[in-house]
Amino acid sequence: MDQALDHNPATAQQELHAAALRPVVDAGRRFWLLFLGLGLVAGAGAAAYALQLVTGGLSVTGLNDQVFWGTYEATLVAFIGFSYGGALVSAILRLTNAAWRGPITRIAEVSALATLLVGALFPIIHLGRPERVLLLFTGPNFQSPIFWDMVAILTYMLATFVLLLLPIIPDAAALHDNPRLGRWHRRLYRILSLGWTGTERQRRALERAVTIVAILIVPLAVVVHTVLSYTFSLTSRPGWHSTIFGPYFVIGAIYSGVAVVILAALAYRRAYRLQRWIEDRTVRNLGYVMVALGLAYGYATFSEITTEGFVGKQAEVELLFGLMLERYAPLFWSFIAFGLVVPIALIAIPRTRTPGGIALAAVMVILAMYLKRLLIVVPPLTRPVVGGDPGTYLPSAVEMAIVSGAAAGVVMIMLFVFRFVPVMAVDEMAEIEREQAQVVSRQLPAQATRVMSTREATDG
Amino acid sequence: MTQRGRPDAVGSAHEADPEGHPLDQHELSRRAFVKAAGLLGASGMLAAGGLLGVTSLTRIAAADDLDNATPEELAQRQWVFVFDLRRCDGCGKCTKGCQKMHFLPEGQEWIKVYTVTGAGGQIISLPVLCQMCEQPPCTKVCPVVATYREPDGVVLIDQERCIGCRMCMAACPYGVRVFNWDRPMEVPAAAQSTSPLFTAPQRQGTVGKCDSCAHRLREGDFPACLTSCSMDAIYVGDRIADVATNGTETVQLSEFLRTNDAFRLKEEFGTQPRVYYIAGHGQDLDF
Repeated sequence: MDQALDHNPATAQQELHAAALRPVVDAGRRFWLLFLGLGLVAGAGAAAYALQLVTGGLSVTGLNDQVFWGTYEATLVAFIGFSYGGALVSAILRLTNAAWRGPITRIAEVSALATLLVGALFPIIHLGRPERVLLLFTGPNFQSPIFWDMVAILTYMLATFVLLLLPIIPDAAALHDNPRLGRWHRRLYRILSLGWTGTERQRRALERAVTIVAILIVPLAVVVHTVLSYTFSLTSRPGWHSTIFGPYFVIGAIYSGVAVVILAALAYRRAYRLQRWIEDRTVRNLGYVMVALGLAYGYATFSEITTEGFVGKQAEVELLFGLMLERYAPLFWSFIAFGLVVPIALIAIPRTRTPGGIALAAVMVILAMYLKRLLIVVPPLTRPVVGGDPGTYLPSAVEMAIVSGAAAGVVMIMLFVFRFVPVMAVDEMAEIEREQAQVVSRQLPAQATRVMSTREATDG
Repeated sequence: MTQRGRPDAVGSAHEADPEGHPLDQHELSRRAFVKAAGLLGASGMLAAGGLLGVTSLTRIAAADDLDNATPEELAQRQWVFVFDLRRCDGCGKCTKGCQKMHFLPEGQEWIKVYTVTGAGGQIISLPVLCQMCEQPPCTKVCPVVATYREPDGVVLIDQERCIGCRMCMAACPYGVRVFNWDRPMEVPAAAQSTSPLFTAPQRQGTVGKCDSCAHRLREGDFPACLTSCSMDAIYVGDRIADVATNGTETVQLSEFLRTNDAFRLKEEFGTQPRVYYIAGHGQDLDF
């Protein structure tokens, strides 16, 4: 942005417009190859789900009467968690008026929507009788955490849609007569622009609306992740029945979600040469947010293990031994290493705090946090509640195909959306720039110089 | 069913009444019985032996068509199970009898006999079926009210309604719920039923569990586990009539539980189960 200031504002604006539309106008051959490859993976996932439906009772999974929840539940928690990160990045950065948010809010919002749309399929995929799911509406038990989940997820989904669509309004208005776009695109933009002409009144209304949704989405997302954790913690099972689970899930969600935003931003930045707008500084700031959340997640993990391990109740100690020293130790310590220590170090150490290093950290966090969700779901179930042998669970090929297909689906949705929606919130970025310029001009010249010079210094 | 076990077992367990007088078991069951159903001709029933204590009561109720009974009528019975672990040798016949009754595959056990090692190194056989909790955690978490508690205390599953989310399996502290992962076993047409009281065949993709043989209890019959137990270790009783029977002898429920140090599993969870255990480990007691 600062570089953009050097140019003639009008030219800069045009260049920004063109850049934000690159994925729309000219996706490139590699885009279609990627889309096709992902389509094959997603298709395999869909076929696997069809197989699960035909056999009729989840017998194609590795689940059993002891470990009756597994990858589907972990995926549900993980994907909806990814979504939360995107929504919060967009909402909190707006509410705190962080100037560096401009180029990444759109990516964050689309990532929130894509992961949510796919994640919200898993409450259905994991059912033994998915054809009866409408009973949740027609004959619900208001006391059930699963009912709360459904209400929370659907409300949050609505808010995520609105949070994405509102800032698109001015962008769509600017585009609906762009001759470089096809007829269908222009028609779509005319609809999405909702008659936007950019009057002062409209601007104020839009700003207020975005602020309201941004404020709403914070508690909404907290609610979603808290009630998701309640499906585990509102049972009496050792390992699940824990008061920390609500906040633990919320922190874990944002932590992994920010990683997804970082990765998506870096991918688009690289594929469509957006370095001028999605600056290193922006990526670094996201990295700092991720580090802060990682530290919080590590703290929560430490706190949970210490309170349970110190007292030494039999069930908890058995679980902790299994996790830290025995059966699950390789997985658990992989999570500690690649989910917390290494990614935090990569961003903490200046030499590795490069876009590449941050991307690596984000990939690690995404994979390790998925693993962590499996470690939350499965080990407490393998421990028998009354007597008998420990249970076992290994995801079946069908489960793995469905989960891989879902991951591919998330990327496909993002790619698809950015074939229609500018990858950056052009109008909002211009707005931020105007605000910043006003702030600078209102300050004393000396102060202004200091602000500029510190900003340049941090830009590195 | 009435001729199983050791005939001498009837009336051989001498207990003391609150006043300290030794009471004959026949006398005990008779008193409990008369208290519960005073209008019945007691003498004839007595002649038929202790077994009739429970069965006759429910048969009379069944004559009023319990299937269409109002909740208030159903609530006239409050079913209770008692497992006398002093007698249980862990043979697992209860499990087999249950599976036969409900057409369950071998891997699916609605009553599981665990082998637990006690603090003193004693090997305890612990049969665990649905604990019929008064505060069932499973019914609380079911998102579609597919599992629910009947007025007579039996917790059932409507497999025509269950969506198969397995949240109830997560909530149950006793691990008694199972999932129908595979296609169910073949069931003869005459035995098929979709009633939550007795669902056969089991519906694939839904949760199943011990139904306390509710269909038999209401008809005045014993649950399958009780009738297949060759050790007389399983009692079924009615808390309101304050009687329980293992098919051979009938006892006054409250007295039996109190004097034999009955306990319940996992009291700390606040589930208030209706299944009691008498401590022991299959030792050869002189009954």
